[in-house]
Amino acid sequence: MTTIAPENTPNTAGKRNRRVGVMLAGMAAGMVGLAFASVPLYQLFCQVTGYGGTTQTADANPKGVIAREMKVLFDVNVESSLPWTVRPAAPITDKIGQVDTVNYVATNNSDKPITGQAIFNVVPEKAGVYFNKIECFCFTEQTLQPGETVDMPIVFFVDPDLDENHELNTIKEITLSYTFYASDSEGS
Amino acid sequence: MSEAHLEAHATGHDYASQHDHHTPTGWRRWVLSTNHKDIGIMYLVFSIITGIIGGLLSGVMRLELQEPGIQIFHGLAAMVYGLDASTVSAVDAGKQMYNVFTTAHALIMVFFVVMPATMGGFANYFAPLMVGAPDTAFPRINNIAFWLLPAAFILLLMSLFFEGAGGVGGFGGGWTIYPPLSTTVGHPGPAMDFAILSLHVAGVSSILGAINLITTIFNMRAPGMTIHKMPLFAWSVLVTAFLLLLALPVLAGAITMLLTDRNFGTKFFSPEGGGDPILFQHLFWFFGHPEVYIMILPGFGIVSHIVATFSRKPVFGYMAMAYAMVAIGFVGFVVWAHHMYTTGLSLDVQRYFVAATMVIAVPTGVKIFSWIATMWGGSITFRIPMLWAIGFIFLFTVGGVTGVVLANAGADRALHDTYYVVAHFHYVLSLGAVFSIFAGWYYWYPKMFGYMYNEFLGKLHFWTMFVGVNLIFFPQHFLGLSGMPRRYIDYPDAFALWNRVSSIGYYVTFVAMIIFFYATWEASRKKRPAGDNPWGDGATTLEWTLSSPPPFHQFSTLPRIDSTNAH
Repeated sequence: MTTIAPENTPNTAGKRNRRVGVMLAGMAAGMVGLAFASVPLYQLFCQVTGYGGTTQTADANPKGVIAREMKVLFDVNVESSLPWTVRPAAPITDKIGQVDTVNYVATNNSDKPITGQAIFNVVPEKAGVYFNKIECFCFTEQTLQPGETVDMPIVFFVDPDLDENHELNTIKEITLSYTFYASDSEGS
Repeated sequence: MSEAHLEAHATGHDYASQHDHHTPTGWRRWVLSTNHKDIGIMYLVFSIITGIIGGLLSGVMRLELQEPGIQIFHGLAAMVYGLDASTVSAVDAGKQMYNVFTTAHALIMVFFVVMPATMGGFANYFAPLMVGAPDTAFPRINNIAFWLLPAAFILLLMSLFFEGAGGVGGFGGGWTIYPPLSTTVGHPGPAMDFAILSLHVAGVSSILGAINLITTIFNMRAPGMTIHKMPLFAWSVLVTAFLLLLALPVLAGAITMLLTDRNFGTKFFSPEGGGDPILFQHLFWFFGHPEVYIMILPGFGIVSHIVATFSRKPVFGYMAMAYAMVAIGFVGFVVWAHHMYTTGLSLDVQRYFVAATMVIAVPTGVKIFSWIATMWGGSITFRIPMLWAIGFIFLFTVGGVTGVVLANAGADRALHDTYYVVAHFHYVLSLGAVFSIFAGWYYWYPKMFGYMYNEFLGKLHFWTMFVGVNLIFFPQHFLGLSGMPRRYIDYPDAFALWNRVSSIGYYVTFVAMIIFFYATWEASRKKRPAGDNPWGDGATTLEWTLSSPPPFHQFSTLPRIDSTNAH
């Protein structure tokens, strides 16, 4: 005597189980895909929102200058495997919106030509979206000959829209920090 | 695969006939098992073994932290690595060993103790019984899922014996495995690679288990067992299995990126190549937050049954209880960045995560109050499982309250990575989840093994453990509030008092565990028959209609659930 309902006979039950099982496995695979899709999505998100101190690039300042002043500090770190000395630019205080040019000075201390690349971010991180660079050595890789010393210019301005962000009302200083790495193409 | 199984039932065995002629015996019964009950028992045994190892690791940590200064680990390092114990290098190696112990303790407890006990052991054994199914949907996948777990555990243990950083074996960067500490910058040796592979294998095991349980619950409920008549433990397993299915693949993706960053030159998390280490934290906590609900939700289900059984009342607010778990599962996926308040999130993002996190207190409150309402006006008997269940409700509520405190981004800024956080998550996990596991153990022990344990020993175990764990973790609130950071081997003298109390609590808990093992041994030796249902009228779910232990194959005649059946 069996009370197994017709829809639960062994064969159809096996088929139904397999269908649900495959669907669930598909969901798991989809989530792995989403995890990898998050990499480009996250990068896009950082560029659009300035999240994590990602700075912006621009051709010129279309928004004019306002009365509020902002001090910009410059900082530098060099990865230990890169035999360069880099001196940051001196702090600069100017009206928000003013386009300024500063120079970092880098020296190659080794006896080989070395290619380096700098990455950067801004503190406070929320100011990143307002920090615009018109020209920067960080846009391209830099190759220094043995013993060579070069000026590395940055042309930048702070977007006057910063003044309208209440979270940044108390901010009087922005720090722009660079970290220099030996480029991957070095030695190849 | 499941056809053969179902066919055996279709040929018309009566479930009173205990031993089918093809019932495997000896080692074949266990190693080749496709039987959900045997696999459940294997999961529980595995969890007890790993629990001993994970518990001993924390014991060495508590020994070290009992006094300010470094007393234990430089000697351990000297022993293991042949250094001179009085040298700086031995002390440094000892510090890294402490980090390795912290990390291993956490990974073992999360992936190899709590998850195997609840979603492996109890879910495998009792979810099919409760929904009236003869077995799980994919019995062979069930076998694979279990055997992947010892393999994963061996990989994790192996990682302890390969170099991680500074010549010391094992990975010491915490269970959160944040880069850059977990990349070749922080841990150049192969220990981290072993840990990653271990997590991969454990993850595959859990995902296979989740698929099996969801399919069983969706497709194999007995006639009349609608989804809204399903017992709450089955509900909790269903929700948890979905959390596993959606959260673990994200961890798998993140640690795969970590693995390729370490070994194949990708730069997912390295800024010099355009990557971002913060991205790892987002991915990790997108998995990590649901993970904490994975550990606690099955406990909610277990406790609901115990409270109803020993109050001799149906559980209060069945629908609200079921959908509160669904709500916790959903909201659990959108609160992850409350672990990351100090990573520079904008104020608006912090506001959202504070609000969303606090929302979780609502369905959780629904559950707590429904348990209390179930007890209200019931004829309560304080048998052992009920003590554990009430202990669970009390301790989980304490941990929940500190969770609401930590949900505030402003408060979290001060409390982040202090012992306050350690106290919080141990109250919900080490006390909450573990108490629910012991509650389930004492509730279902007579069903699983057919014997009754000694009531006095059970009570002694409960009260010793209750005092012990509170002695360990309550003082850690004070340590955290006064600013003691977590994950350090040493601390200033100002923190000495409460650290000593905490260590004494560990020894009390250690005694409690010895009582537990003695009680289990005593029960297996005395062989007091438990009967089909030792708990009386309050125990209404289907497993109590079977013999104790249940027959090797049950429900060859599927039970019919009519509209009058209680949950």
